[in-house]
Amino acid sequence: MTKVLIVAEHDGSALNPSTAKCVSCAAAIDGAEIDIVVLAAATADIAAQAAEIDSVSRVLTIERAENEKSITAVLAPQIAAIAGDYSHILGPSTTFGKDLMPHVAALLGVNQVSDIMTVENSHTFKRPVYAGNAIVTVEAPEGSTVVATVRVASWQAANGGNSAAIAAVDAPAELPTHTRYIGLESAASDRPDLQTAARVVAGGRALGSEEQFGLIYQLADALGAGVGASRAAVDAGFCPNELQVGQTGKIIAPDLYIAIGISGAIQHVTGIKDAGTIVAINKDEEAPIFEVADIGMVGDLFQILPELIAAVK
Amino acid sequence: MDKIIVGLKRVVDYNVRVQVKSDGSGVETDGVKMSINPFDEIALEEALRIKESGAATEVVAVSIGTSESQQQLRTGLAMGADRAILVTVDGDIDPLSIARVFKALADKENAGLVMLGKQAIDGDNSQVAQMLSAIWGRPQATFASGVTIEGDSARVVREVDAGLETVEVDLPAVLSVDLRLNEPRYVKLPDIMKAKKKPLDEVPLADLGIEPGPPIKELKYAAPEGRQRGVTVDDVAGLVAALKDKGLV
Repeated sequence: MTKVLIVAEHDGSALNPSTAKCVSCAAAIDGAEIDIVVLAAATADIAAQAAEIDSVSRVLTIERAENEKSITAVLAPQIAAIAGDYSHILGPSTTFGKDLMPHVAALLGVNQVSDIMTVENSHTFKRPVYAGNAIVTVEAPEGSTVVATVRVASWQAANGGNSAAIAAVDAPAELPTHTRYIGLESAASDRPDLQTAARVVAGGRALGSEEQFGLIYQLADALGAGVGASRAAVDAGFCPNELQVGQTGKIIAPDLYIAIGISGAIQHVTGIKDAGTIVAINKDEEAPIFEVADIGMVGDLFQILPELIAAVK
Repeated sequence: MDKIIVGLKRVVDYNVRVQVKSDGSGVETDGVKMSINPFDEIALEEALRIKESGAATEVVAVSIGTSESQQQLRTGLAMGADRAILVTVDGDIDPLSIARVFKALADKENAGLVMLGKQAIDGDNSQVAQMLSAIWGRPQATFASGVTIEGDSARVVREVDAGLETVEVDLPAVLSVDLRLNEPRYVKLPDIMKAKKKPLDEVPLADLGIEPGPPIKELKYAAPEGRQRGVTVDDVAGLVAALKDKGLV
């Protein structure tokens, strides 16, 4: 019997949309019965949001003061303690899930399937390797728990409207104190979240400075878009690291991606391959970004951007 | 802290555009440039800086693979690692078994830190550090972009989706490092010569008492579905029209 446990990602009060994407992946496994587990210091609000997701049977809550921040060494033993009932344990391939799930897998003595793109059957999946330059079909061993992360850019969030049962569970586990949360420095913004935005405007090295990168924010705001960046722009200090898109940054799949002054290294392109429409604006007509762009425009971004901002406002 | 263990994986160089073999058995590696996984190089650089600051006394570079990985270990020795260990295996080895190797070596060497790249750019798994933390029973701090050793603990800045998270971990611990932690030093010719004299021990996997478990089997490699080059527009009016056409503005 296929029973899937999904580890909910949240910020202490709101459920992250990555959780509903994991549900879509789980629902692609034939006959899967899907539970979500919420580990938090206060679980009620988060569990209520999780219970609304379509196809979910039950939402389990593990409420402990130690679960206030997501520290893998604290969360993983609790997940392992309830893993016995499940054939599959899934988490998102966000930094939360990437940090947590391999630790869970090792506690259970199994390897992990990273970044599931498609489900072939209960133990066979497709996943990207070599920065997405190859797709490999992998098979997890029969007879042991499948622990996996779900490549969130490959899955639509499952619909809402459900009202799954919510139940508190016991997860007896000794929790370590060797890891302590100190704080989070976040460039708070009202813009749509990069990983879930329908439109993303991204800037590269050609913006030239932090000040001039402001043009990217202006265009994003005119379009109601999230903001992304190439590694070069982040390394140059034009914008914060959490905006980086690519193999080692965020993998995203917006309906519209506008790449401005980004040359399009393989490592960047792998982060946007699943975008609906890619627009590229670049001075260099030979830039590799044009090979993957649906709409390309060659020219000086400092002339084009003010005009474009005015046109879409 | 006495020793830092650093993992160095031999991978296809990041500048190579990899090609899937026509029989789907993997990617072409014949005649392809191989290098140290770039994230591992950053881990080594950080370990060397920690040692240079006086917070550690020895940096041990470790690779797991065939004898070809000696090349990457020699580069690591030239960068400044004090000695190297190559754990020899015949073919591929699964991440959990790799974590067991690091656990065995961390115990044997009494390591204060194990430093690894946050992912290898071939398999893109991002698993070993987290698995090592689980089986070692020691803290993990992944995706590190800042590391400060403070006596028996380390303060680590982590690149997470929401921004920069800071955690404090007791030592010994395992760190996985991100791109912006540092810029690795260049190797100079005299260092390459010196590196030839540094010890590089080979240890067969079986000598560590590790029997690889059932791996995640790789059934078939395929090239990804490509994107097609689209239209070119000449001006902003054309761009806006093209976007309107697709219902995007």
